[in-house]
Amino acid sequence: MSTVRVRVAPLLYSYTGGLRVVEVEATTVDEAIASIDRRFPGVAFRVIDEQRQIRPHINLFLGEHSVRDLDTPVSEGDEIYIVGALSGG
Amino acid sequence: MTQPVAPAGANTWLLGTRKGAWALGFDGKPQPGEPWFFGAQVHHVVQDPRGSGTLLAAVRTGHLGPTIYRSVDCGRNCKEAERPPRFRSKEEYENSDLSADDPRRQGLTLDHVFFLSPGHARQPGVWFAGSSPIGLFKSEDDGVTWEGVTGFNDSPILAKWCYNFAPGTPDGPKCHSVQVDPSNPDRMLLGLSGGGIFLSDDQGKQWRPINAGVAMDFAPPKEDGTEYEFGHDPHDAVIHPANPRRWYHQNHCGIYRLDWNDTANEQRWKRVGNNMPKDVGDIGFPMTCHPGDDKTVWVVPMDGGTVWPRTSVNGKPAVFRTRDAGESWQRLDKGLPSRAWHTVLRQAMAHNGGTPLALAFGTTSGEVWGSHDEGDSWRSIVTGMPKIMSLTAARLD
Repeated sequence: MSTVRVRVAPLLYSYTGGLRVVEVEATTVDEAIASIDRRFPGVAFRVIDEQRQIRPHINLFLGEHSVRDLDTPVSEGDEIYIVGALSGG
Repeated sequence: MTQPVAPAGANTWLLGTRKGAWALGFDGKPQPGEPWFFGAQVHHVVQDPRGSGTLLAAVRTGHLGPTIYRSVDCGRNCKEAERPPRFRSKEEYENSDLSADDPRRQGLTLDHVFFLSPGHARQPGVWFAGSSPIGLFKSEDDGVTWEGVTGFNDSPILAKWCYNFAPGTPDGPKCHSVQVDPSNPDRMLLGLSGGGIFLSDDQGKQWRPINAGVAMDFAPPKEDGTEYEFGHDPHDAVIHPANPRRWYHQNHCGIYRLDWNDTANEQRWKRVGNNMPKDVGDIGFPMTCHPGDDKTVWVVPMDGGTVWPRTSVNGKPAVFRTRDAGESWQRLDKGLPSRAWHTVLRQAMAHNGGTPLALAFGTTSGEVWGSHDEGDSWRSIVTGMPKIMSLTAARLD
């Protein structure tokens, strides 16, 4: 297990009680999201759908690198960014 | 027994729009606290007409996907369902009876909850939700948690009925018009766009198509001369609240009535839209029933001409009403603009269920029009709203 920091997009503050950064223990991105969900129920399903896909207008980054594979491993001190990206009128 | 269709003492129109939900007094006055879910698509907002006052909203947030919100204090506080509707994972269908090309084997992802419906009056706390992609969900705890109705969502034949979940309909295929028979909690009706109307007599465990007599102009005639059993495109179907043996539906191909006959071998829809003026036609979305008179319904015809603009016919908005179960229709346009191109979606017309009856409809151009004389005359309630996708009556205290 590694300690990673997850930076949460403002659109998820209503789930995290306004918390912008959540520190969790995880070995993968998926575990990190699941860990946040245990603390703030419902947040994982807003990021990852029922087919275990990242929702279309959510981007996950591990450091500066975009993540689409939830099994991507994380290392001690990593930062995961959950970012909203929506376009259109 | 009559199923309540609006909360007693309703005093507010709830608008579900492309950019959030609004609550307006019948005079158009904004209610405190609105808008709700600002910026999100709100496909339906429904207050429980059975007395609890619970409000449910089908919300699709831009980033975070679809969900259902719930309020038990007239919208002052809205909380997301603890377990919103969701489809099964593809892994759960690995050993199922579904055909090899059934999209459920690849996994369906809920795009949005489209339709909310309270259950039977004797089953408080039961709600149903129709979705896109096509699915049916049920809550037994007043909207807190939701599960798929397995007899529908997991049925192998469902793929055949709904074009194998093809995304042909604008904004996605819909499961809508979920109705529970007021006289029989076991009997349910729903509409699929496209797919047709389907009936269950065992609370959703098994379903069968009920589409005999309904036109399907968008498909060639069957070579054996028989009718299509399913594949139709109902837009809005209702079991009449005052007479559960009388059903109406507004279809992509006309306006229909079915008078249920227990002794008939086949239940057959009659195209009462043939009695509409020929220069108006009988294409539209909403079908709104009078709460106490099973012969009175309102429809909003739209232009279903060659290119299907789906706006007011000839740019002249009008509501049509029948007082004799569709055998004749009256044009109601007093007070409506003489020149406008309204589109009124299937969930965007409602009444308050009371006496006197307040009736209203919302347009995709953000207008709400209301009537206090059963449609004889109309007045503008509000303009400048986002695209209105639903309009329902509520009592907000």
